[in-house]
Amino acid sequence: MAQTADALAHLTEISTQLETAVVLDREGTVLGATIDDDDRAGRIARAALELFRAAGEQGEQELVQLDVALHEGTVFVVRDGDRLIAAATGLQPTVGLVFYDLKTCLREFGEPAKPKPKPKRAASERTTTRKKKDASA
Amino acid sequence: MRARKALAVGAALGSAAGAVLLRRRSGRRRDRAELYFDDGSLVTLAQGSAEAERLLLHARELLAAARG
Repeated sequence: MAQTADALAHLTEISTQLETAVVLDREGTVLGATIDDDDRAGRIARAALELFRAAGEQGEQELVQLDVALHEGTVFVVRDGDRLIAAATGLQPTVGLVFYDLKTCLREFGEPAKPKPKPKRAASERTTTRKKKDASA
Repeated sequence: MRARKALAVGAALGSAAGAVLLRRRSGRRRDRAELYFDDGSLVTLAQGSAEAERLLLHARELLAAARG
Protein backbone atom coordinates (compact mmCIF):
# COMPACT_ATOMS: atom_id res chain seq x y z
CA MET A 1 0.00 0.00 0.00
CA ALA A 2 2.98 2.26 0.58
CA GLN A 3 3.77 1.98 -3.12
CA THR A 4 0.25 3.22 -3.94
CA ALA A 5 0.69 6.21 -1.68
CA ASP A 6 4.14 6.88 -3.16
CA ALA A 7 2.82 6.88 -6.74
CA LEU A 8 -0.03 9.25 -5.89
CA ALA A 9 2.19 11.48 -3.78
CA HIS A 10 4.60 11.72 -6.69
CA LEU A 11 1.71 12.52 -9.04
CA THR A 12 0.38 15.39 -6.94
CA GLU A 13 3.94 16.66 -6.58
CA ILE A 14 4.71 16.77 -10.30
CA SER A 15 1.28 17.72 -11.68
CA THR A 16 0.23 21.11 -10.40
CA GLN A 17 -2.83 21.17 -12.66
CA LEU A 18 -4.34 18.13 -11.03
CA GLU A 19 -7.12 18.61 -8.47
CA THR A 20 -8.09 15.03 -7.66
CA ALA A 21 -7.04 11.58 -8.87
CA VAL A 22 -8.35 8.10 -8.12
CA VAL A 23 -6.82 4.78 -9.20
CA LEU A 24 -9.26 1.94 -9.72
CA ASP A 25 -9.45 -1.52 -11.24
CA ARG A 26 -11.75 -2.59 -14.07
CA GLU A 27 -14.47 -3.49 -11.59
CA GLY A 28 -14.47 -0.01 -10.11
CA THR A 29 -12.70 -0.89 -6.87
CA VAL A 30 -10.69 2.05 -5.56
CA LEU A 31 -7.00 1.17 -5.26
CA GLY A 32 -5.80 4.58 -4.19
CA ALA A 33 -6.78 8.23 -4.18
CA THR A 34 -5.37 11.67 -3.57
CA ILE A 35 -8.33 12.36 -1.26
CA ASP A 36 -9.06 10.83 2.15
CA ASP A 37 -12.82 10.66 1.66
CA ASP A 38 -13.56 7.02 0.71
CA ASP A 39 -17.15 7.78 -0.25
CA ARG A 40 -16.11 10.52 -2.67
CA ALA A 41 -13.36 8.35 -4.11
CA GLY A 42 -15.93 5.61 -4.68
CA ARG A 43 -18.27 8.01 -6.48
CA ILE A 44 -15.40 9.22 -8.68
CA ALA A 45 -14.44 5.61 -9.48
CA ARG A 46 -18.01 4.65 -10.41
CA ALA A 47 -18.49 7.69 -12.64
CA ALA A 48 -15.08 7.12 -14.25
CA LEU A 49 -15.85 3.49 -14.98
CA GLU A 50 -19.23 4.33 -16.51
CA LEU A 51 -17.65 7.10 -18.56
CA PHE A 52 -14.87 4.81 -19.76
CA ARG A 53 -17.28 2.00 -20.65
CA ALA A 54 -19.65 4.33 -22.51
CA ALA A 55 -16.72 5.90 -24.37
CA GLY A 56 -15.35 2.48 -25.27
CA GLU A 57 -18.52 1.78 -27.24
CA GLN A 58 -17.67 4.62 -29.63
CA GLY A 59 -14.86 2.73 -31.36
CA GLU A 60 -14.00 -0.75 -32.54
CA GLN A 61 -10.54 -0.73 -30.97
CA GLU A 62 -9.88 -0.78 -27.26
CA LEU A 63 -10.05 2.59 -25.56
CA VAL A 64 -6.76 3.72 -24.03
CA GLN A 65 -7.51 7.16 -22.64
CA LEU A 66 -10.00 10.01 -22.80
CA ASP A 67 -10.47 13.57 -21.76
CA VAL A 68 -13.68 15.53 -21.48
CA ALA A 69 -13.52 19.31 -21.47
CA LEU A 70 -16.44 20.89 -19.65
CA HIS A 71 -17.21 24.50 -18.82
CA GLU A 72 -16.35 23.85 -15.17
CA GLY A 73 -13.18 21.84 -15.69
CA THR A 74 -11.68 18.84 -17.44
CA VAL A 75 -11.78 15.16 -16.55
CA PHE A 76 -9.35 12.46 -17.63
CA VAL A 77 -9.44 8.67 -17.57
CA VAL A 78 -6.37 6.64 -18.55
CA ARG A 79 -6.04 2.84 -18.67
CA ASP A 80 -2.90 0.76 -18.25
CA GLY A 81 -3.56 -2.98 -18.23
CA ASP A 82 -6.23 -3.73 -15.66
CA ARG A 83 -5.92 -0.40 -13.88
CA LEU A 84 -7.45 2.97 -14.59
CA ILE A 85 -6.78 6.39 -13.23
CA ALA A 86 -9.42 9.11 -13.21
CA ALA A 87 -8.51 12.72 -12.61
CA ALA A 88 -10.04 16.18 -12.56
CA THR A 89 -8.32 19.46 -13.42
CA GLY A 90 -9.32 23.07 -13.80
CA LEU A 91 -10.15 24.75 -17.10
CA GLN A 92 -7.90 24.35 -20.13
CA PRO A 93 -5.13 22.18 -18.72
CA THR A 94 -2.08 21.13 -20.75
CA VAL A 95 -3.73 17.93 -21.93
CA GLY A 96 -0.59 16.15 -23.14
CA LEU A 97 1.23 16.83 -19.90
CA VAL A 98 -1.65 15.60 -17.74
CA PHE A 99 -1.90 12.39 -19.79
CA TYR A 100 1.84 11.84 -19.40
CA ASP A 101 1.71 12.33 -15.62
CA LEU A 102 -1.28 10.02 -15.23
CA LYS A 103 0.37 7.29 -17.31
CA THR A 104 3.55 7.60 -15.29
CA CYS A 105 1.57 7.25 -12.07
CA LEU A 106 -0.21 4.14 -13.33
CA ARG A 107 3.08 2.56 -14.38
CA GLU A 108 4.54 3.23 -10.95
CA PHE A 109 1.52 1.43 -9.54
CA GLY A 110 2.29 -1.63 -11.62
CA GLU A 111 5.96 -1.83 -10.74
CA PRO A 112 7.05 -4.26 -8.03
CA ALA A 113 8.00 -2.60 -4.78
CA LYS A 114 11.61 -1.51 -4.78
CA PRO A 115 13.66 -3.13 -2.03
CA LYS A 116 14.88 -0.68 0.52
CA PRO A 117 18.65 -0.18 0.46
CA LYS A 118 20.46 -1.94 3.24
CA PRO A 119 21.62 0.45 5.95
CA LYS A 120 25.33 0.96 5.95
CA ARG A 121 27.12 -0.44 8.90
CA ALA A 122 28.83 1.94 11.21
CA ALA A 123 32.55 2.27 10.82
CA SER A 124 33.16 0.74 14.19
CA GLU A 125 31.29 -2.40 13.17
CA ARG A 126 33.33 -2.88 10.08
CA THR A 127 35.91 -5.55 10.10
CA THR A 128 38.82 -5.67 7.82
CA THR A 129 40.62 -8.74 6.86
CA ARG A 130 44.28 -8.37 6.49
CA LYS A 131 46.38 -10.92 4.89
CA LYS A 132 48.90 -12.28 7.26
CA LYS A 133 52.33 -11.70 6.10
CA ASP A 134 54.02 -14.77 5.03
CA ALA A 135 56.14 -15.92 7.92
CA SER A 136 58.93 -16.92 5.60
CA ALA A 137 59.15 -13.40 4.16
CA MET B 1 -30.05 68.01 -37.07
CA ARG B 2 -29.99 67.01 -33.40
CA ALA B 3 -32.31 64.12 -34.02
CA ARG B 4 -30.04 62.87 -36.81
CA LYS B 5 -27.02 63.03 -34.53
CA ALA B 6 -28.83 61.13 -31.79
CA LEU B 7 -29.91 58.52 -34.32
CA ALA B 8 -26.36 58.08 -35.56
CA VAL B 9 -24.99 57.74 -32.02
CA GLY B 10 -27.75 55.27 -31.16
CA ALA B 11 -27.01 53.18 -34.23
CA ALA B 12 -23.30 53.17 -33.48
CA LEU B 13 -23.88 52.09 -29.88
CA GLY B 14 -26.35 49.43 -30.97
CA SER B 15 -24.00 47.91 -33.51
CA ALA B 16 -21.13 47.95 -31.01
CA ALA B 17 -23.27 46.14 -28.44
CA GLY B 18 -24.35 43.65 -31.09
CA ALA B 19 -20.75 42.98 -32.07
CA VAL B 20 -19.78 42.33 -28.45
CA LEU B 21 -22.70 39.93 -27.96
CA LEU B 22 -21.91 38.11 -31.20
CA ARG B 23 -18.27 37.75 -30.25
CA ARG B 24 -19.16 36.42 -26.81
CA ARG B 25 -21.58 33.91 -28.21
CA SER B 26 -19.22 32.63 -30.91
CA GLY B 27 -16.33 32.53 -28.45
CA ARG B 28 -18.20 30.33 -25.98
CA ARG B 29 -16.51 26.95 -25.74
CA ARG B 30 -18.60 23.88 -26.23
CA ASP B 31 -18.17 20.84 -24.05
CA ARG B 32 -16.46 18.01 -25.89
CA ALA B 33 -14.99 14.55 -25.35
CA GLU B 34 -11.84 13.20 -26.98
CA LEU B 35 -11.37 9.45 -27.06
CA TYR B 36 -8.03 7.83 -27.85
CA PHE B 37 -8.02 4.23 -29.05
CA ASP B 38 -5.42 1.48 -29.09
CA ASP B 39 -4.67 1.83 -32.81
CA GLY B 40 -3.88 5.53 -32.42
CA SER B 41 -7.23 6.76 -33.68
CA LEU B 42 -8.94 9.72 -32.05
CA VAL B 43 -12.67 10.33 -31.88
CA THR B 44 -13.96 13.78 -30.90
CA LEU B 45 -17.56 14.15 -29.80
CA ALA B 46 -18.90 17.66 -29.43
CA GLN B 47 -21.80 18.79 -27.30
CA GLY B 48 -25.09 18.40 -29.10
CA SER B 49 -24.71 14.89 -30.44
CA ALA B 50 -26.50 12.03 -28.67
CA GLU B 51 -23.24 10.09 -28.18
CA ALA B 52 -21.54 13.09 -26.61
CA GLU B 53 -24.40 13.90 -24.22
CA ARG B 54 -24.14 10.48 -22.54
CA LEU B 55 -20.41 10.90 -22.00
CA LEU B 56 -20.77 14.49 -20.82
CA LEU B 57 -23.31 13.37 -18.24
CA HIS B 58 -20.87 10.85 -16.73
CA ALA B 59 -18.04 13.39 -16.95
CA ARG B 60 -20.10 15.98 -15.04
CA GLU B 61 -20.83 13.37 -12.35
CA LEU B 62 -17.13 12.64 -12.11
CA LEU B 63 -16.20 16.30 -11.85
CA ALA B 64 -18.92 16.96 -9.25
CA ALA B 65 -17.70 14.05 -7.13
CA ALA B 66 -14.09 15.17 -7.52
CA ARG B 67 -14.95 18.62 -6.22
CA GLY B 68 -17.08 17.29 -3.37
